[in-house]
Amino acid sequence: MIKIEKLHKSYPIGKDSLHVLKGLDLHIKEGEFVAIMGSSGSGKSTLLNIVGLLDNHDSGNYYLNGQLIENLDEKKAAILRNKFLGFVFQSFNLITYKTAVENVALPLYYQGMARKERQEVALKYLAKVGLKDRANHLPNELSGGEKQRVAVARALATSPKVVLADEPTGALDSATSDSVMELLKDINREGMTVFVITHEEDIAEQTDRIVRLKDGVIISDEKVNKKVTV
Amino acid sequence: MFDLDRWIEIFQALSKNKLRTALSGFTIAFAILLFTLLFGIGNGLKHTFEEQFAGDSQNSIYINSGRTTKPYKGLQSGRQIQFRNNDAKFINEKFDDKIQFFSPNIQRRMQVIYKGEQNQYTIRGVYPDYQPLESAVIQDGRFLSYLDIENRAKVVAIGRLVEKDLFGNLTAIGKNLNIEGISYKVVGVFNDPGGDNDERFIYTPFTTFQGMYKPNDELDYFGLTFNPKLSIDEALAFSSLLTKMLKEKHNVDPRDQAAIRVRNYAEGTKNVQQFMTVLNVIILFIGIGTLIAGIIGISNIMVYIVRERTKELGIRKALGATPKSIVGMIMMESIFVTAIAGYSGLLIGVFALESLGDSLEKYFILNPSVETYVVVGATIILVIAGTIAGYIPAKRAAKIKPIVALNDE
Repeated sequence: MIKIEKLHKSYPIGKDSLHVLKGLDLHIKEGEFVAIMGSSGSGKSTLLNIVGLLDNHDSGNYYLNGQLIENLDEKKAAILRNKFLGFVFQSFNLITYKTAVENVALPLYYQGMARKERQEVALKYLAKVGLKDRANHLPNELSGGEKQRVAVARALATSPKVVLADEPTGALDSATSDSVMELLKDINREGMTVFVITHEEDIAEQTDRIVRLKDGVIISDEKVNKKVTV
Repeated sequence: MFDLDRWIEIFQALSKNKLRTALSGFTIAFAILLFTLLFGIGNGLKHTFEEQFAGDSQNSIYINSGRTTKPYKGLQSGRQIQFRNNDAKFINEKFDDKIQFFSPNIQRRMQVIYKGEQNQYTIRGVYPDYQPLESAVIQDGRFLSYLDIENRAKVVAIGRLVEKDLFGNLTAIGKNLNIEGISYKVVGVFNDPGGDNDERFIYTPFTTFQGMYKPNDELDYFGLTFNPKLSIDEALAFSSLLTKMLKEKHNVDPRDQAAIRVRNYAEGTKNVQQFMTVLNVIILFIGIGTLIAGIIGISNIMVYIVRERTKELGIRKALGATPKSIVGMIMMESIFVTAIAGYSGLLIGVFALESLGDSLEKYFILNPSVETYVVVGATIILVIAGTIAGYIPAKRAAKIKPIVALNDE
């Protein structure tokens, strides 16, 4: 589903440039539940941004769903994001003046779905995350856990190929963290590829595969409870 | 192509963000309101001046005589200059192509009696040409004719107020007035936009009056209008040449200002026209200034709005919004707000001017109003400015990588 070969990425800092990703190779198959672990500065967020087409890479190959990603302009990137990817962010990133159901329906709007249909689909996914009764609340009327569940519902709304979660539990307490992780596990069990970035060990352990990053290289890639050396 | 979904999206963004909608709307509405009011009041001032100078024909020239104040060619000062019929003939022949209407004039204040009523009036002996000179309008009967001049007829045309004074509500036409012992038949009643004074004159044929009250062929002064085809500068040149020639004819020092006096209304017209030009420039300047202030205001607000929405735009992009849809959304919002606000500012402004009406007449503001195309044009300019002002930051925002926009706090 996601195939990365010799991926490099650096950011300019003044005259110098910071080499963040130093030739990553990673292959994630359809239906996997993968955690990317690493301390801050390890390059894990950069990796997610590139995988999520939110940022572009410098060199190397990236195949999403078998399609080589190159020369992507904003428009193509937007269409691919909408079609293949669902995002869950640490800070939720809900639009504050839209209700829960409107937030979930927004990616469907950009897909060009009719209004009534959007509403139905959005309600369906809200029900899936257990928030059907909160559908018409604004984000600031929801708890952190509820906001993140709305975000998950939004990520799922377009039936993407991959759900990308950037520290999805980073802003949540442990009880609500668990409920969000349960949700992610559920959708993985239904066949969705889930790609989580975290620096919390206990979150990573709930996935099937842990990829550890340090200083822009992969230092280990192991199935949970079954070590595989790189 | 009407996209209902898009409009619903826009209405939601506008109504849920009342402050910024109000800010940008207010800027535009206020700019247009100010523009309309300033333009309207400026036009009111203009109307006042146009009105003030509507009294006499704008191309009138009056020539009076007096005593010389300077000795000239061996003649002493203090000599009375007397116009005569040959002066009239002289002017008429020399300047035939430059003159539109011409009339010599004899003027006297006399006692006028009709039955029991009597009053003092200014009686003028004139030619029929004098009517257009004074801008007098006949409302009953007729003015003097050349036949009256030839026959030295004892007829008069009287002002509307003379008729009112002496005849009350009855008509004066056909009645005989007693002017210091001599009976004149009223042939016409006129009114005059010049005001009450001008409507208390009595006109009688020049020849009649001269024969009765002037020795030989003396007369008092000349009134004439110059050919309206002349430009103001040409008209002024004409009157100074006329002055020069008359002074020569009467042996008057060219520098003597008192012996022969020529009053050319074109001079006043010229001043008024210059004043109007200045007024127009000021109004235009204020109008453009207001517009520029409005443009700067709306530009600032649009930049601020887009800046504030960077994160929201980042979210939208992450969810699949194309740059085009982002730019389109912001532009449609801004056009919608500025158009609605501009239109309401325009309506309020026009309504305010309408309700002001002539209540400010004592401040020289008469019928303040604006031409529709001016305000509509101004509104369109502001809407376009708002659109451009929204387009530039929107374009930039659409170009920002979503990850940068998302990290924006």
